[in-house]
Amino acid sequence: MDIFIQQVVSGLATGSIYAALALALVMIYEATDVVNFAQGEMAMFATYVAWSLINAGVPYWPAFFATLAIAFAGGLLVQRLVIRPVQNAPILTIVIVTIGLLIIFNSLAGWIFTYTQKPFPSPFPKEPVRIGEIVFGSHDLGQIAVTLVVLLCIWIFFRFTPLGLAMRAAAQNPVSSRLAGIRVGWMLALGWALAAMFGAVAGIMVAPVLFLDPNMMGGVQIYAFAAATLGGFTSPVGAVIGGLIVGVVENLVGTYVKFIGTELKFTVALALIIVVLLVKPTGLFGRTIAKRV
Amino acid sequence: MNDARARQAVIVVAILIACALPFVLSNFRLFQFTQIYIYAIALLGLNLLTGYNGQISLGHGAFFAIGAYTAAILMDRWGVPYGWTLPIAAVICLVAGFLFGLPALRLEGLYLALATFALALAVPQILKYFEHWSGGSQGLVLIKPDAPFGLPVNADQWLYLLTLALLLITFWIGANLLRGRVGRAIVAIRDNPTAAQAMGVNTSLVKSLTFGVSAAYTGLAGALSAVVIAYVGPDSFNIFLSITLLIGIVIGGLASVPGAIYGAFFIQFVPNFAQDISKAAPWAIFGILLIVFMIAMPAGIAGGVKMIWNRLTRRRVSEPSGTTPRPGMQATP
Repeated sequence: MDIFIQQVVSGLATGSIYAALALALVMIYEATDVVNFAQGEMAMFATYVAWSLINAGVPYWPAFFATLAIAFAGGLLVQRLVIRPVQNAPILTIVIVTIGLLIIFNSLAGWIFTYTQKPFPSPFPKEPVRIGEIVFGSHDLGQIAVTLVVLLCIWIFFRFTPLGLAMRAAAQNPVSSRLAGIRVGWMLALGWALAAMFGAVAGIMVAPVLFLDPNMMGGVQIYAFAAATLGGFTSPVGAVIGGLIVGVVENLVGTYVKFIGTELKFTVALALIIVVLLVKPTGLFGRTIAKRV
Repeated sequence: MNDARARQAVIVVAILIACALPFVLSNFRLFQFTQIYIYAIALLGLNLLTGYNGQISLGHGAFFAIGAYTAAILMDRWGVPYGWTLPIAAVICLVAGFLFGLPALRLEGLYLALATFALALAVPQILKYFEHWSGGSQGLVLIKPDAPFGLPVNADQWLYLLTLALLLITFWIGANLLRGRVGRAIVAIRDNPTAAQAMGVNTSLVKSLTFGVSAAYTGLAGALSAVVIAYVGPDSFNIFLSITLLIGIVIGGLASVPGAIYGAFFIQFVPNFAQDISKAAPWAIFGILLIVFMIAMPAGIAGGVKMIWNRLTRRRVSEPSGTTPRPGMQATP
């Protein structure tokens, strides 16, 4: 039982990472009907920025927030420079452009920072937390806490601020929003910027566990895809819950189903994505979109 | 000289040059050209699916891997002659592609891209998992075949000629397929699935068959590459192979038969030149070109060649050539 609870908590910790990245994917999808295949690589690159800052002697938390700001600006820039020109092009074009971004970020990171793995500091104490008989990793708990705080901030932003309202309006009905005086183009860019920021949080939180290298986010991204698919690409709440479920399931399967272990990690995600898409394509919390022809 | 004649002449000259190459080039260069032809077959397969039929596959490396491993396992474990492994690999991939195409019918655009992306990531793991068959991470080492019937050519020259012959056959079949009724159905489904269905096209059958044929082409290319390289290993079939194939069709020209050949030259030679700058440079260049092409030249090299061709043959075309806003709008090659 103790092992079970430990595994669930560490599953929630991994799941919170998936949730953050899935939320980033969903935000972009909601606003622009694009799945950003480069989301994970943008997060990885932001993590390298944090690593450089910390290595240059900046204390952890200032470096953390500076990275978020840089990621925000980076996301904004990517949307304005690269995504906007193909905004109204067919899906194939946009998918290819985000794949282009994926390989650009991946190779740039390899070029600048080399392909060797780098350790990344954790801001949380090394000693595990004991509650009764059960031992929890401090980083796991801290990771969950940070993700929860970020989620809370986003929720407050979208629910209670005029800018958040404007962004929701722009995503839901761009034409009417424009008539109401909302600058829809900039709202979309803001969506990309915020998404890049969540990605950065996910990257920085997961780097102490996975170690930093240019391919660090490959596995995380595919699980974030699975999470977003499970929760529904049209539902931010679904993305978060999907992320947590996927994280816990992954951990429990890894512990109790011996023949899968970690060797078939991607295969499990693939199976999950295909099964969800076949059984319930809208995901658990997504809404059906009727198409007029 | 009319247009079709001139085009035929160009094709004939190109084939003659290709046939003469083994007797002038070094074995190493010849090997590179063999790989280009292999890529071209795979690219035509992917182009059939993604360029012509509009089903996005980010995981075609998976079918390349299935083809390669089918050939390798047949040769290594059962001693099947390599000549037989090629059609067998193509058929197995045809079935695999058709079966993958069935659930894919329910997945539209982005979701298909997602599922195939996950497939591409999963391939090396799956290959390593079935260690008994695939040789695990070490892969399988094969024997390079010699020329049959006592032909006066060495192994590299023979494999080059064999690949060239298969390239010509597959392109001939592909071009004919696309020119006819089936080809129009394939393109119609991409441009407007609802209208195509209303016109009596059996969309689900055509889509899953296209998936099958596309996989068969790519699988045949995979099997050829196993024979030519005489080695298969799981890590050569990673996500970057799938992305390379995607790059090939985008740069070469979406929905263009000759585009597959231009794309193959591109993905074979550009990394060679760029590697001198840095290990990461080829990919950085690929990435930037992908985006630049998508934004500025969605019809790829094939679109550019077509534009120049039209100018050279002094045909005034009324349609805006080369700069069509939608990729792959030029349906006919």
